[in-house]
Amino acid sequence: MTCLLEVSNLVMRFGGLTAVSRLSFTAMRGDITAVIGPNGAGKTTVFNCITGFYRPSEGEIIIHREDQSTLALHRLPGFAIAKRGRVARTFQNIRLFGGMTVLENLMVAQHNRLQAATGFTLLAVLGLGRYRHVEAEAVERAKYWLEATGLTDRADEPAASLPYGAQRRLEIARAMCTDPVLLCLDEPAAGLNPRESEELNALLLKIRAAGCSLLLIEHDMGVVMKISDHIIVLDHGKKIADGAPADIRTNPAVISAYLGDGDDDDEDAVPVAAQ
Amino acid sequence: MSDAVPAVSGRDTLIRYLRDAGGVGILALAIFVPFIGLRLHGHMNGLALGYRPKLLAIGVVLAVLARVLVLIWQDRRVHQGRAAWRAARIASAGKYVTPLLLGFAVLLPLVPGIANFYIDLGVLVMTYVMLGWGLNIVVGLAGLLDLGYVAFYAVGAYSFALLAHYYHFTFWECLPLSGLFAALWGVCLGFPVLRLRGDYLAIVTLAFGEIIRLVITNWISLTGGPNGIYNIPHPTFFGLNFNLGGGAGTFSGFFGIDPDPKQLTTYLYYIIFFLALLTNWVTLRLRRLPMGRAWEALREDEIACRSLGINVRNTKLTAFAIGAMFGGFAGCFFATRQNFISPDSFTFIESATVLAIVVLGGAGSQLGVALAAVVMIGIPALLQDLSIYRMLFFGLALVIMMVVRPRGFVSTRTPSIALGRRKLISSELISEGHG
Amino acid sequence: MIAYALQQLINGITLGMVYGLIAVGYTMVYGIIGMINFAHGDVFMVGAYVGIIVLTAFSGMGIAAVPVGLLVALLVSVVLCGVYGFTIERAAYRPLRGSFRLAPLISAIGMSILLENFVQTSQGAKDRAIPEPIPGGFKIMQQHGFVVQMSYMQIAIIVTTLVTLGIFTYIVTKTPLGRAMRAIEQDAKMAALLGVNTNRVISLTFVIGSALAAVAGIMFLSYYGVINFFIGFNAGIKAFTAAVLGGIGSLPGAVLGGLLIGLIEAFWSGYATIAYKDVAVYSILAIVLMFMPTGLLGRADIEKV
Repeated sequence: MTCLLEVSNLVMRFGGLTAVSRLSFTAMRGDITAVIGPNGAGKTTVFNCITGFYRPSEGEIIIHREDQSTLALHRLPGFAIAKRGRVARTFQNIRLFGGMTVLENLMVAQHNRLQAATGFTLLAVLGLGRYRHVEAEAVERAKYWLEATGLTDRADEPAASLPYGAQRRLEIARAMCTDPVLLCLDEPAAGLNPRESEELNALLLKIRAAGCSLLLIEHDMGVVMKISDHIIVLDHGKKIADGAPADIRTNPAVISAYLGDGDDDDEDAVPVAAQ
Repeated sequence: MSDAVPAVSGRDTLIRYLRDAGGVGILALAIFVPFIGLRLHGHMNGLALGYRPKLLAIGVVLAVLARVLVLIWQDRRVHQGRAAWRAARIASAGKYVTPLLLGFAVLLPLVPGIANFYIDLGVLVMTYVMLGWGLNIVVGLAGLLDLGYVAFYAVGAYSFALLAHYYHFTFWECLPLSGLFAALWGVCLGFPVLRLRGDYLAIVTLAFGEIIRLVITNWISLTGGPNGIYNIPHPTFFGLNFNLGGGAGTFSGFFGIDPDPKQLTTYLYYIIFFLALLTNWVTLRLRRLPMGRAWEALREDEIACRSLGINVRNTKLTAFAIGAMFGGFAGCFFATRQNFISPDSFTFIESATVLAIVVLGGAGSQLGVALAAVVMIGIPALLQDLSIYRMLFFGLALVIMMVVRPRGFVSTRTPSIALGRRKLISSELISEGHG
Repeated sequence: MIAYALQQLINGITLGMVYGLIAVGYTMVYGIIGMINFAHGDVFMVGAYVGIIVLTAFSGMGIAAVPVGLLVALLVSVVLCGVYGFTIERAAYRPLRGSFRLAPLISAIGMSILLENFVQTSQGAKDRAIPEPIPGGFKIMQQHGFVVQMSYMQIAIIVTTLVTLGIFTYIVTKTPLGRAMRAIEQDAKMAALLGVNTNRVISLTFVIGSALAAVAGIMFLSYYGVINFFIGFNAGIKAFTAAVLGGIGSLPGAVLGGLLIGLIEAFWSGYATIAYKDVAVYSILAIVLMFMPTGLLGRADIEKV
């Protein structure tokens, strides 16, 4: 197994506040890596650094490609992380293109591939070139992910009119349409009912089977313990544990982070209790 | 609908009306006294005041009456949930309105015996239709608020006027150049500022509009300043001009017909008609291409766009540049039609008018924009007798139309692609952008 | 030459005070309901007209005491402009609150056109002039034959502005109304839930903003002596530019922006060409925003992802 994402000595400061300090971890290719921790541990900040929404104060974020070359994500402009680094993400507060249909959302996700086929738009405006062919392919890819997320019936409806669970799945489908090597999910199970949560697990495993690695932030220990291969635990911006689910479950530092200080009332997030 | 009205006694309603109308009366009195009741007159040694009590009384009474009518109208409307129904009606009517409008536009100059005035009015309206469609790309699709669109109209017009004045270029040579220059200006201006958000972008675009106008006004050696540029050539028809003298080399001479100013107006009409249709066609094509979809996605959620690998700045820039290009084409046409241009034609009020057309039409809707241009440009032009009150009513109408239909005439959105049937998307779901 | 620069400084500060007062109105309305009140500049114009009408009435009655006349004009203008602001908000903006963002903007542009043409048709398009109300001034210094002067009018303007801003700052920071205004600015829904009468506070915001514009209008009238129905447009755009330059939503920013724009105009006119002074103002605005996208004192808006 090879290393896909390598975060080393990541530091993120906001003014005087250090949200993430000297964090290092790796995510392996083909793994589901979970980042957990109590509220305010800095999980989303780490995510925003990896996906280019924040520029890290210090440290490196490296993507190892299959051809052994590497790409320094922390040096890329925000949009290029998805385009060149092939890292896709979802958001804690769902961000869909609400006034566009489900299918349109998935087409926008394939923007770069489609745009390359338009001959600087000029040819495609005139109806020339191979755009039509590429677009048909894009629709096929969109259909595949619609099928995988159970949204085929709603393809022509505006995204904002979908129920919450479907919006979450659509966001994942949209991210997958960018054809990523690493999919970062920010609390994908938040607000889902148990059945939807089960379906989500199946979907994530399917994505992994299709060759895309996952990095997820999650509160729902049911999801984390069941599907992750590797767990990183953060507390107050620092890594306090790193290992397989079985190890994490019994790690005293993790237990005390969740229970010990008494400043966290998030009972659901207690790893032991979740079992 | 009367059965839905809850039981409110007539007396309560009357008291409410009286109280409300009384308040409006007092406000109207305060507002009208200094301006309608009193009148400043220039005088031998300074100023003197005149009094117009009758006019004041009329003004106050009119204001109160208007308020009462509004109250009655509101009371009737509260009990009708017809908005959705009306939206569906308008959408289905759109199917018939579009071909009808198009047919009317094609045939207008060919109506036998039509006065030159009406064809000319058609040219004017069509120019604004084109400007509206051009700005619609920026505001309606990409969701960027541009308050200085007139800058690109001016760049297009002056590109042609200057090239014609100094180097004797013709209209057809300059048309593509004008669009190109305007687009280049769009890129140059947009590049540094497109990362600004919302109203910051709005004020900067407004500032650019003013800068361009001020430079044109003050660079007298090049542009003639406030006096403008005269003798801009009219377009030729495959080399034939439209001189009224007739003879060889003229349109009438070649076809052996009597010279008539209508020939030129008609020709101009079809040129701008074609340009407007081109704008519309390109916009409709672009909406179905990745670029157009990215514009709309940008309007919906810029952050999500970035996470999908879309280069937000370049995408905004293309919207800005393409919108500017069509503004440039329209400017070039304006110059050739007018024969004469001066900075007075490129004030902020033009930008505001075009923006009002876009918003009133229903941002993003091509049909709505065309309808709005007809209403906002055509109707005031027909009321020329009221010329001094025209702008007064224009302002009033803007306010009223916005209050009545804040989302514009046509507020639904048609998806750009569908697996099954394309279903219209209600305006409630569509975001309006922050840029 | 230091004397010349000093004179431009005095002129610039005077002008900047006028812009600053108008800019506060823009920034207040923006802060509280997030809209650009395009008609605000025209309320300023209305204020100046009311002033000239009151002054004319005074001289028509044969009352010669100009300072008293000015004071009365100021009071009448403040009250009437308050009525204008109240009415404009009720008629053109309140029905649109919470709807499509561009709708209130267009409505405001319509209101601006309406006011300009209302004044034009009712009072005529001609320039109206009054004699200088308070002539004379201090001689501050003299250098190479150049006299630096600070007129009494300039002093009056600066003092009036400072007093007005002082009262205004007191209202915003110390009174329950000010607290309610700030609460709505932070979170209108929450403020309403906690019992703040949002409609009333917004109405009062417009009234206060318009009253400030009226003060600015009277000062403009007495400083320049000439007005017409179109002065609101230019002053409005400048003041709006000032508000944005200072960081829209920030009250000290509006005053700072106004002062800066006054100074830029005065120095550009004094040292470069007067023709391009507005170009200079707008260019500096664009340059500042390029480097500080939310203005000088505006809060940087960090988008939560």
